[in-house]
Amino acid sequence: MRSWLDERLGLDELLAPLREKSVPQHKLSHWYFLGGITLFLFAIQVCTGILLLLYYRPSAGEAFESVQYIMTRVQFGWLVRSIHSWAANLMIFTAFAHMFSVLFLRAYRKPRELTWLSGMILLFLALGFGFSGYLLPWNTLAFFATKVGTEITGQVPFIGHRTMIFLRGGEEVTGATLTRFFGFHVALLPGITTFLVLVHLLLVQKFGMSVPTSVEEKWRASPGEAKEMKFFPNFFLRELMAWYIALGVLGALAALSPWGLGTKADPFAPAPAGIKPEWYFLFMFQTLKLIPAKVWFLDGEVLGILLFGVAGLIWILLPFFDRKPGGRGRRMVLGAGIFAVAYILAMTVYGYVAK
Amino acid sequence: MWRNRIAWRLWAGAVFLALFAGRSGAQTSNTCIDCHSSLDPPLQVTADKFTADIHAQKGLGCTGCHGGDPSDPSMDAMSKARGFRGKIDRKQIPALCGTCHANGDFMRQYNPSLRTDQLSQYGTSVHGKLLAKGDTRVAVCIDCHSVHDIRPSRDSRSTVHPLNVAQTCARCHADPEHMKGYSIPTDQFAKYNTSVHHDALVVRGDLSAPTCTTCHGNHGAAPPGVGAVHNVCSTCHVFQDQMFQKSTHKAAFQAANLPGCVTCHSNHGITHATDAKLEAGPQGVCMQCHKPGDSCDQARAAFLKGLTGLDEAIKDADRLLGVAESSGMEVSQARLEEDQARDDLTKARVTIHSFRKELVDQDIQAGLNVTAKSLQGAQAALAERDYRRKGLGISLIAILAVVAGLWLYIRQIEPKSPGVSHR
Repeated sequence: MRSWLDERLGLDELLAPLREKSVPQHKLSHWYFLGGITLFLFAIQVCTGILLLLYYRPSAGEAFESVQYIMTRVQFGWLVRSIHSWAANLMIFTAFAHMFSVLFLRAYRKPRELTWLSGMILLFLALGFGFSGYLLPWNTLAFFATKVGTEITGQVPFIGHRTMIFLRGGEEVTGATLTRFFGFHVALLPGITTFLVLVHLLLVQKFGMSVPTSVEEKWRASPGEAKEMKFFPNFFLRELMAWYIALGVLGALAALSPWGLGTKADPFAPAPAGIKPEWYFLFMFQTLKLIPAKVWFLDGEVLGILLFGVAGLIWILLPFFDRKPGGRGRRMVLGAGIFAVAYILAMTVYGYVAK
Repeated sequence: MWRNRIAWRLWAGAVFLALFAGRSGAQTSNTCIDCHSSLDPPLQVTADKFTADIHAQKGLGCTGCHGGDPSDPSMDAMSKARGFRGKIDRKQIPALCGTCHANGDFMRQYNPSLRTDQLSQYGTSVHGKLLAKGDTRVAVCIDCHSVHDIRPSRDSRSTVHPLNVAQTCARCHADPEHMKGYSIPTDQFAKYNTSVHHDALVVRGDLSAPTCTTCHGNHGAAPPGVGAVHNVCSTCHVFQDQMFQKSTHKAAFQAANLPGCVTCHSNHGITHATDAKLEAGPQGVCMQCHKPGDSCDQARAAFLKGLTGLDEAIKDADRLLGVAESSGMEVSQARLEEDQARDDLTKARVTIHSFRKELVDQDIQAGLNVTAKSLQGAQAALAERDYRRKGLGISLIAILAVVAGLWLYIRQIEPKSPGVSHR
């Protein structure tokens, strides 16, 4: 069979780079697994998402009932939906962890700037997946979280209101918003994400795994200490172990704490008290809450959105600040990374405990 | 001919407007307030107080009630020549208010939906009848509506806003000194504050919940007669009244001159009617009239057993559904069935007012059937939870076995120095 395929497709030639591919081996090698785990979780999202599509109905009148049907009547529907929801959260967590590991190990440095750039866009796309998917069950929390989230978008100067109308499909969050979010979630975002994942993987393949600066210096001083392992099968088998463990964690979360459904959204009901977004948006939400209504002549919320916008842009361009070894830019990037981790953690915890 | 008629109507309209322009006191300056704002109570009327008055807001001034000429800064403004009436005698107050409030044509200009029968109603009230007999201690318009700062009843600061009515009535009716000589109790307000109606109105903020005027009337305030109590309660408790009207108790209560609903439920201090009302002990009401062991006592015991049985069954299902929910199970359908069972229990409690066992049993059985389905839903959810946990256990063992297998395989292909090759 193999020789039959090889004769027609030139399998040996195709797989040659994989056989030759190797991964640096050092005390920080385990951080390399995070990207693979994120990719594995994305694959799970695609598979479970397709299964959910078999029963889900994207309209205000049927969305909640169809998810309820999936949870209660469809064989293993509860498992598929719970895994889809838990994997979404775990994927965003591992994507963040992957981004910070790349930042602290300085894996973004030349020539990998474009790998970082594509990775950052993928992280924003993952957040877009989370935001658009959250509304789809059409429950009370999702409805009001989307209302608040799109309202915040509406505060962006010049383009905010138009963007809000585009996202909502009108002035208010209605069935039109649900249909749009469904379109974003199952067509637009997956298309762009799949393309960017391929670009990201090609770039990783082209440049190989980055070796942390400290290890690189050590290996440069004594080349005999430099170690690496073959990607296939050595690294791949280790990655496979990580995927299996991730699968076990997902299964345990889905079985012990199935993703809740809540109550059906009622656009005429008052918003529940103390409504909060998903954990990955909480640090931004809490910041916006803390900024005074007016700062100098600027509206507090507008100022917060502008600050986050500028911070996001700077974050995407971080590799370009770190040009010289041991320079000021390098210290600045490291400081920004430590500050970001501390800020996100502190604001997320504050967001959970604050009323 | 018809031209003459039109001319006559125009002339009459002009006179009417001229008259009420004087009454409304479309004043350029109000010297009344200038002086009275600096006087001591009770003569004091400040500008702040008067501008809060609905009459002032509608352009009606002091002269409307007191006469006089507020544009004259001298004391002549309060001369009889200027029509000054001074302090209005309490006996004259209802009639004075009625000159406008009983005049449909006049009131239509300001509030077409406001009733104009207050004065005639007042004449039928205990207050009005006693006033007519010369008792000036009874309530007149200003005692309930206040004076010089009268607000519409929809204003939450008004003394006659639903939330404030009981307090307003209590100013006289909870004052033993004031009520001396009327031979009625003064504990109505204290009792009302412990009642289920007070809870609904004040605690839950349901402005449609009953306050004093809901049962006694407002301008025509009087205690409902023994035979009319059920008419008062049935304005809200419709089904209970319908059941009671068809029951054997109706004739028995009439014969014994018992005041319908109040006999079992009391009046001002009416509490939430629990199943304990059917008990034989001191909390129960049946045994106040019935004898232990008679057929009615047996029916009472059967009612109580049926209601408590359904209540317990619902609580059992609720507890089990709670366990299933806290395990993350989706039990919304069973919860819906539980709601239906609760409705059946409520219906059975209403049907008690028919005092017919077959009707009550019908509702209880319907509730028990739905509760059984709800309980089944909870048990199925828990069984499903256990199945999932077993499945998880098996899956985790399989995953661990694969991970261990992979680890062993890696060890096997990397015997000495795992996966290491020198650059």
